[in-house]
Amino acid sequence: MLYSLCFLLFMIGLYCVLVKKNMIKIVIGILLMEYAVNLFLVMLGWRKLAEEAVAPIAAGGDLLDKAGTVSQLFVSRAVDPLPQALVLTSIVIGLGSLALMVAICIRIYEKYGTFDITKIRRLKG
Amino acid sequence: MEIFYILMVLMLIAGIIAVETTNLLSAVICVGAVGFGSAVMYLFLKAPDIALTQTVVEVLGLVILIRATISREKSFISGDREFFAVVVSVVILFLIFVIGTGIFADMPPFGDAAFARIPDSASQVYLENGVKDTGAANIVTAVYLDYRVYDTLGEATVLFTSVVGAIVILRKKSRKLLFEEDPL
Repeated sequence: MLYSLCFLLFMIGLYCVLVKKNMIKIVIGILLMEYAVNLFLVMLGWRKLAEEAVAPIAAGGDLLDKAGTVSQLFVSRAVDPLPQALVLTSIVIGLGSLALMVAICIRIYEKYGTFDITKIRRLKG
Repeated sequence: MEIFYILMVLMLIAGIIAVETTNLLSAVICVGAVGFGSAVMYLFLKAPDIALTQTVVEVLGLVILIRATISREKSFISGDREFFAVVVSVVILFLIFVIGTGIFADMPPFGDAAFARIPDSASQVYLENGVKDTGAANIVTAVYLDYRVYDTLGEATVLFTSVVGAIVILRKKSRKLLFEEDPL
């Protein structure tokens, strides 16, 4: 059910990209799709257990000795760390691509005086 | 559990407003609501590192987007594409949604992480040996900066390239014109 809601957010973004004529709206649609995918990947690692799930950070009681052996309780309760690390990368790359998209939008606005993609037809050298 | 549904519905409402409003500035602010909603959701999903990153990135992204929309004369939106195209795309998107949600029936339900069933999965190995191998108590940091550090290097490269691209696109004069004398 929660996965379906996440997919619905993705679909709203896709609708925005396909239907809207304004360039900033298209950028917003791409952003919405990005949020939905990131959220879905982190949701995959969530664990609903009898006791409470913990973040994948080995706090004081979970470390058994100086060598770094962690308790079995921590391993059985921690959420998935791998999607979290990869989504961290994805979020930062999303910021980079957003900056590039907005730069292109500003440049097109300076050249054509509009954000409407159906009016940007002339080729100018 | 209920907090996830509440936050998700709030994000959906903000997303719909962002798509359908006619004022660009309010659309951008609604996208910010979606982003900060997902940051709160990451906190409840026990991912504090992502929540921090999402908050910082969201602030920067909003500043960039507001810079693009503010003080433009035409900040109001003309409308959608032709009626027929809108109807066709809505029908196709609805079909994709109905068929796509069928996939979730075959997946493990929310809260039943698939990695916990596989004893030697990468996540399980990272959780068991992460502190021993890397010395970092935070396993996400251990993956990000030790096990998969080449991934992080690639990310830094992509970020650098996109910033260079944005600067090149936004530059007013070309490099040649900047340094050459005017021929007249």
